[in-house]
Amino acid sequence: MCGIVGLFSKSPVIEERLGELLARMLIEMTERGPDSTGVAVYRDRAPGAMTKITLLSREGEFDWQAMNDEISRVFPGSGSLRPTENHAVATIDAPASRFREWVAREHPDLYINSTGARMEIYKEKGLPSDVVDRFGVSGMQGTHALGHTRMATESRVTTEHSHPFSTGEDLCLVHNGSLSNHNRLREFLKKKGIDFHTDNDSEVAAGYLTWQLREGMSLDEALQAALLDLDGFYTFAIGTRDGFAVLRDPIACKPAVMAETGDWVAMASEYRAIAVLPGADQAECWEPEPATVYSWSH
Amino acid sequence: MLGTGTGDGLQLEPLKQMRVFNLDEVSLRELNQALHDCNGSDEASAWTVTNTKGKHAVAAGIDAPLEVTVNGHVGYYCAGMNKQGQVTIRGNTGPGVAENMMSGLVRVTGNASQYAGASAHGGLLVIEGDAGSRCGISMKGVDIVVRGSIGHMGAFMAQKGRLVICGDAGTALGDSLYEARIYVKGKVAGLGADCVEKPMAEEHERELEQLLEQAGINGVDAAGFRRYGSARKLYHFNVDNVDAY
Repeated sequence: MCGIVGLFSKSPVIEERLGELLARMLIEMTERGPDSTGVAVYRDRAPGAMTKITLLSREGEFDWQAMNDEISRVFPGSGSLRPTENHAVATIDAPASRFREWVAREHPDLYINSTGARMEIYKEKGLPSDVVDRFGVSGMQGTHALGHTRMATESRVTTEHSHPFSTGEDLCLVHNGSLSNHNRLREFLKKKGIDFHTDNDSEVAAGYLTWQLREGMSLDEALQAALLDLDGFYTFAIGTRDGFAVLRDPIACKPAVMAETGDWVAMASEYRAIAVLPGADQAECWEPEPATVYSWSH
Repeated sequence: MLGTGTGDGLQLEPLKQMRVFNLDEVSLRELNQALHDCNGSDEASAWTVTNTKGKHAVAAGIDAPLEVTVNGHVGYYCAGMNKQGQVTIRGNTGPGVAENMMSGLVRVTGNASQYAGASAHGGLLVIEGDAGSRCGISMKGVDIVVRGSIGHMGAFMAQKGRLVICGDAGTALGDSLYEARIYVKGKVAGLGADCVEKPMAEEHERELEQLLEQAGINGVDAAGFRRYGSARKLYHFNVDNVDAY
């Protein structure tokens, strides 16, 4: 069991309150997954062709000031590093791949949570109420966001095992369920050059989408292909640069509810997470059909 | 009792008590405890529950002829294990509404999520909107009337009772069915293993009319439904297969 929430703003009022509302939705899902919590927030587009990167220090304490100085030297023209606890958001004047190579060489203790132009991913062990406080999620504004509360079933409880998993530039995935063919699929994807950092099944789903998108599929095509290649139970929510998508497996025993008003579109594992949103009692509510891709974009 | 007899022998009807539980102010546990305090009695008072906001197990475990109106959407297992209670949910319900109901009535004015009426032994479950997947899974004697459509695997392993669907049914309807009867007015996306269409006799139309009336479903003609049941090939031992054991 895990909890998934997603919120997509259709009005400036909701954009201003995005983090606060997402935090409340996540806290409502605490019983579905108290092991770890994560959010992906889409906001503050990096200027020009710059890349926005969320870094995670796996060893906890990290000298972000020194890192900031180093980035200025190695990648001149980059923005200043914005640290929050053991995470920091960098705006780099270089492609993500070059920065990734540099981090792997110079700072192997750092983990790259996300890359893109708008997406930031924060994730950590612990209850939703604690994690959203630590990262100040309630103060974040943005266009859309996803969140996840994890109840670990098949692999360890660590920060890296937490959701969301990045699946490419400004793309991420959260998962409620369990995949049964993830070990074989992971080996296949490794041969295709996809990197994995954990033995987590959901990371394989993220890696699968990364691979299919890299091979030239659209997100919709990649999700249709996932229906054939992923064996197991899942409700996925996938964050994209300008929106999000939802997919349930053909058996659809993992719950999902969607709701829409003039101001927002929301998805959650349960209605009670949606009930915290303004106007929820007047919202149009429905359950996504099995094996059907739903998507919204700005 | 609020009504009392007067000195000159005039007997007033006891006034029906109306109890209101606002779940923003009292806990779900307090509500359910108050309901359970009536269990085993013939108490038939009217209750209203507000601000449910998707909470789980609202009004579960009733065992008295209480009339409970739940205003708003609820989460898992609303009115679960209901016995005698007359529960109306004005909204949508999460998974497992009226699961394991024994008797009484549960009415959902909106849509119901997956496994509505799972394992229920008796009573009547009315869903005025649509129901999700696995509606009536393993039903053991309950009657379920759905005004809208249902999702896949309806009446999976259903043993006894009647499932009436005024709209369409999803794939694998009645898979591994025992002796429950299924009536569908709309399209059936597909039948599950051992589920077959059976002829509609006059007795079946009468049975349907009664069920629709009991459920208070107006404007749906009992004519034009199709009946489905078990081919009884799956659960009867066939001596030709003795070598397989």
